[in-house]
Amino acid sequence: MAEQDSGPGAEARITGAQSLVTSLESAGVEDIFGIPGGAILPAYDPLFDSKIRHILVRHEQGAGHAAQGYAAATGKVGVCMATSGPGATNLVTPIADAHMDSLPMVAITGQVGASMIGTDAFQEADIRGITMPITKHNFLVTDPAEIPQTIAEAFHIASTGRPGPVLVDVAKSALQAMTTFRWPTELNLPGYRPVTRPHSKQIREASKLILEARRPVLYVGGGVIRSGAAKELRVLAEATGMPVVTTLMARGAFPDSHPQHLGMPGMHGTVAAVAGLQKSDLIISLGARFDDRVTGNLDSFAPGAQVIHADIDPAEIGKNRHADVPIVGDAREVIADLIIALNAEAEQGNRGDYESWVAFLAGIKKQYPVAYDAPTDGSLSPQYVLERLGRIAGPEAIYCSGVGQHQMWAAHFVGYENPNTWINSGGLGTMGFSVPAAMGAKVGRPDSTVWSIDGDGCFQMTNQELATCAINDIPIKVAIINNESLGMVRQWQTLFYNERYSNTDLHSKRIPDFVKLADAYGCVGLACDSPDDVDATIEKAMSIDDQPVVVDFRVHRDAMVWPMVAAGTSNDEIKYARDLAPKFDEDDL
Amino acid sequence: MTKHTLSVLVENKPGVLARIAGLFSRRGYNIDSLAVGPTESPDVSRMTIVVAVDDSPLEQVTKQLNKLVEVIKIVELDGSSSVSRELLLVKVRADADARGHVLDAVQLFKAKVVDVAPDAMTIQVTGNADKLADFLRVLEPFGVRELVQSGMVAIGRGSRSISERSARPVAIPAPPAAS
Repeated sequence: MAEQDSGPGAEARITGAQSLVTSLESAGVEDIFGIPGGAILPAYDPLFDSKIRHILVRHEQGAGHAAQGYAAATGKVGVCMATSGPGATNLVTPIADAHMDSLPMVAITGQVGASMIGTDAFQEADIRGITMPITKHNFLVTDPAEIPQTIAEAFHIASTGRPGPVLVDVAKSALQAMTTFRWPTELNLPGYRPVTRPHSKQIREASKLILEARRPVLYVGGGVIRSGAAKELRVLAEATGMPVVTTLMARGAFPDSHPQHLGMPGMHGTVAAVAGLQKSDLIISLGARFDDRVTGNLDSFAPGAQVIHADIDPAEIGKNRHADVPIVGDAREVIADLIIALNAEAEQGNRGDYESWVAFLAGIKKQYPVAYDAPTDGSLSPQYVLERLGRIAGPEAIYCSGVGQHQMWAAHFVGYENPNTWINSGGLGTMGFSVPAAMGAKVGRPDSTVWSIDGDGCFQMTNQELATCAINDIPIKVAIINNESLGMVRQWQTLFYNERYSNTDLHSKRIPDFVKLADAYGCVGLACDSPDDVDATIEKAMSIDDQPVVVDFRVHRDAMVWPMVAAGTSNDEIKYARDLAPKFDEDDL
Repeated sequence: MTKHTLSVLVENKPGVLARIAGLFSRRGYNIDSLAVGPTESPDVSRMTIVVAVDDSPLEQVTKQLNKLVEVIKIVELDGSSSVSRELLLVKVRADADARGHVLDAVQLFKAKVVDVAPDAMTIQVTGNADKLADFLRVLEPFGVRELVQSGMVAIGRGSRSISERSARPVAIPAPPAAS
């Protein structure tokens, strides 16, 4: 008798590697970013025949950030793959980044054969041990029979509750051994039970405080983006009239054009957003975590405010700031329940009275808008480039930034109207994030225009992924904000180190030639150093759809990020520009 | 700072001790004592962790512990409604002259001699931390040559069990339909 057909239900004998690839397919994976190597090699053989698209990157860090960009743009789990040892350790930075910014990601790494583990074998690194503090969870698989269950659990953990990275380290021996594949119907995670439904009593308490408050503010964090709650947030804000601030991780969760929006709070926040928190009597925190870049000196942060703190992660509540009303739950469900509760109150004629507060903040917003001084010598100002980029590429485009001055300018001057259109490294602050993240975002949303907004320092950390983009038909666009220095560090040297510019001059207007570099990578390279050419250059870049484009915007190097609250000081000490503190009186309230 | 005793039920899987120890060290919490062992269920281990922190950091400790996927349950045991024990093995100098005095102390503390040499004895004693400290103070004048002490284990009083709430399996969402 010939062998019977082995349908999906039948348990045919296959290799662990085949089981891994079938498991990834069963988990719904469509795209993987990775690089093969010795220990993961068996998995790459069945992957060759899989419907999964594997994108061969040039450095594992690029694979990890691409998976992050993919996850941030689509809300789906981003997947990256690497071999043991150095392949795996090169994923450490993106894994830590995804952990800080709560991005759903699964990293698959090869490990040396089970009998070799612990012997300091070639390309052996204890990546499970290394990534324990920077993953939501991680696994080491040495038994091929455990592969499907582990992959199912990894995707479940990464994508539910507070999303995060999960690493699955698979021994080469498990990939080579024969096993059977059966996709699990049940997960065995007795210790993992994320709470998404908020408690109704807490919702009632929160509604009560919202109605009693005179100076409330909606403090919106990245959790609102991750939970897909932007629509609900808008309904809540408009129904109550409460002002809104969106953190760096939440840009796009509420339209920048909305009159209730005060902008971004924090160290480089708008004066209105900082004042909105600082002078409030009630902070309604939705998926935010009172990060030090938002609060400044904690003891003097929003001293008169009570706090409603809603977060899916109970450990965030009360971690930095006492919560008067803690709410554990998914941001979307919390906001939906608050809308219902407040609508019911409104029907009884109970509404909050925030009129003088809203007027006070509107005054500040008008008096201290997001602005900059254009250089008088005709050189290009970085803020102008980003302002024009935002207007021309529009709010439907996706913007991925690196870390530093250009990131802050991009956060302020582009203008965001939609969630998942602003992607950056907020918590970890990883320079080099932008280009690979943009690549991942473009793979996840191929029909969107994706701009990488990068500094000349950041760009030189990961620009090798331009090769990946050019070869794999991933036409991202890169705007290098080239001030030929590590700009944010230089700004601190200007302000706090007597203008002693130790090791911040990159000479990047001389070396490398970014236009030639783009050309060498099969991309279109453009350069622009005059305000008069900005629009035409951006439009030229927008017109090219079949190739990645790199634009070298050669900007004025002394531009600084304002407003600014110096590290460790109170938010009351915010400076609108150098030596210019905003004036607002409690009497105006 | 006050001492708190946490009973932590964890999945009996490799690496779980490293996860917990790592969490304490990276978040700056000090472990006073830690004991791990099996439970009535082979899939579950139990850790008794004594940590010296104030109340508000303690809440952070338990919340952070709870975030570990392999941590099933955490209960804080307080001194009045629980029983706690530590085990001490101590090797004390005891020649023929001193032996009788040492044996008096052994009897007084309901300890037990587990090994005898011509000039030394090894004694086992169990009890709470105070009792063990008292016992050592009594032995000190004879000359303590070596001692080893276990971490504290603790259990709640009464008939209720810590693991009464059963572990629930999580239903897995269907994978997205293949396009």
